[in-house]
Amino acid sequence: MLSDEQIKKLEATANDIRQDIIAMLLEAKSGHSAGPLGMADVFTVLYHTDAIKHDPKNPDWEERDRIVLSNGHICPVLYAAMARTGYFPVEELKTLRKFGTRLQGHPHRIALPGLETSSGPLGSGLSQAAGMAYALKADKKKSQVVCLMSDGELDCGQTWEAALWAGKNKLDNLTAIIDRNNIQIDGFTEDIMPLEPLDEKFHAFGWHVLEINGNDIRAVYDAVFQARAIFEKPVCIIAYTIPGKGVDFMEQDFNWHGKPPNKEEGEKALRQLRTLGGKISGE
Amino acid sequence: MTNPNLKLNPKLFKEDIDPVRGREGSSHTSSLRDKQHTSASNGVEQVPTRFGYGEGLVIAGKENPNVVALCADLTDSTRTSVFKKEFPDRFVEVGIGEQNMASLASGMAAVGKIPFISSYAMFSPGRNWEQIRTTICYNNQNVKIAGAHSGVSVGPDGATHQAIEDMAITRVIPNMVVIAPCDAIEAKKATIAAARYKGPVYIRFTREKTPIMTTEETPFEIGKAEIYREGKDVTIICCGPLVYEALKAAEELAKEGIEAEVINNHTIKPMDKETILESVKKTGCVVTIEEHQAAGGMGSAVSEILSQNFPAPMEIIGVKDRFGESGEPNELLEKFGLTAKNIIESAKKAIKRK
Repeated sequence: MLSDEQIKKLEATANDIRQDIIAMLLEAKSGHSAGPLGMADVFTVLYHTDAIKHDPKNPDWEERDRIVLSNGHICPVLYAAMARTGYFPVEELKTLRKFGTRLQGHPHRIALPGLETSSGPLGSGLSQAAGMAYALKADKKKSQVVCLMSDGELDCGQTWEAALWAGKNKLDNLTAIIDRNNIQIDGFTEDIMPLEPLDEKFHAFGWHVLEINGNDIRAVYDAVFQARAIFEKPVCIIAYTIPGKGVDFMEQDFNWHGKPPNKEEGEKALRQLRTLGGKISGE
Repeated sequence: MTNPNLKLNPKLFKEDIDPVRGREGSSHTSSLRDKQHTSASNGVEQVPTRFGYGEGLVIAGKENPNVVALCADLTDSTRTSVFKKEFPDRFVEVGIGEQNMASLASGMAAVGKIPFISSYAMFSPGRNWEQIRTTICYNNQNVKIAGAHSGVSVGPDGATHQAIEDMAITRVIPNMVVIAPCDAIEAKKATIAAARYKGPVYIRFTREKTPIMTTEETPFEIGKAEIYREGKDVTIICCGPLVYEALKAAEELAKEGIEAEVINNHTIKPMDKETILESVKKTGCVVTIEEHQAAGGMGSAVSEILSQNFPAPMEIIGVKDRFGESGEPNELLEKFGLTAKNIIESAKKAIKRK
């Protein structure tokens, strides 16, 4: 259980991560805006609480839990969450997508210590996470595997091959967190390729399903722990998030899925985040 | 004369040099052989290379407890069944999902396993190429891909099941090693070597019984081509069971006074540049043969080496930009021009172009 004070601190961290995301995209002049902003709260819980066992100073620690990012395009939020918990200097975030960087446009496992895999082509993360969970279980290891996925990538057939296989093998050390933000590049998910009833689909594949507000830090934290208590089934957490969360002109607009802010938009976004949408006076 | 240092099958070309593929013959006691799939004619036993995979996998499994085998609903015909019987707890059935299989294996390798994934080559690395590229090779994970049923000699199943593009699509991926063993014994050695090697490896196998050319004592090392027969007039570079056709062609050419050097070029990547260059510098011309598209495969890789280091007249024998079809292996090899006869013609052509 998180105290109110802890929640406040984590919300401040999530806000820092959102500002990092805007600053990184401004500097890189390309990349995705809406997804990373929407998932800042989930990544704050994963990297900045005791929900996940990991050690930034020892990224290869064998007993660690594994965080597998399947939809690699939201990596600005991953990089920012990692930098702010000590995997690498926060200043390095400005190198995103630039020549010679460890922060590749889509994550590259070998480039940056602490990444569990490379991703970008959608739909293959759940398979990798399931493979890890299966092998860890076979070796009687206690580590959990958490796979972060987008809702759009559920269009990929491979996701469902993996969902079938994880259900068959009762991988109760596997949790998939789906970023249910309802958008993808070409539009709203229900227009492009309807996914509902999404909970029933995962139920039918042998999964335990939790549905939460993915922008509520307490709800995310509690769900990750609840998932650990489920026996003999993998767990799917459908996290409803607001794409572009924290920047009013980006929220709920699929046009912000795959583009960065320009200078003016970026400054406006940073101002909003610093003042929490005008609630405080900022610096 | 075949190279005596390599301890090749002593029965090779002792009698008639024209064994008929698939003819049933006397039974043998070796564990590589069973009545259904082996035969001997004219003194040379015939065993499908995929049988060597099954045997090698069990040996690799005994050597290293981290070796696991995944299969996509083709456990028996890929010979993964042999491993499954020996190590039921280390066998993983994936169902008909080759893309999932490749990425599952990547995940398993990420936590220390050495997964071998197998299916027909058309489906893996065919259908799951991008998963192999990104989740296995870009991550440089220690996964081995075993593609059964490569080549047109798959036979009656037809073009949909005859992978003749697999070497092209795997050799262009960074970090990948590509091997095409010439017989079941070499296939066994390649499987064991792949398990010992750290990194992604693709091995292609074939469905039909083909002649056993090597013995347990014949050397095999990843990346080291072997000169099976020495000659001075033309170099014949081959891989897979067609090495037999090359040796047969060399026997025939010798009768006409042409001395052909035959290289078993089993490792398509990394290719043994030194052995190839040394041979072609000696003979001055080259013929390659493979049961694969002529474009992009072993011959193309040889031409990449030669054109940049020692340009020489070269004839590439392979399938000429078309699909396979149903038929008996012998009929198809003949139709697609993949026999000793074609090698002899190409060798003479190459020599003339010197």
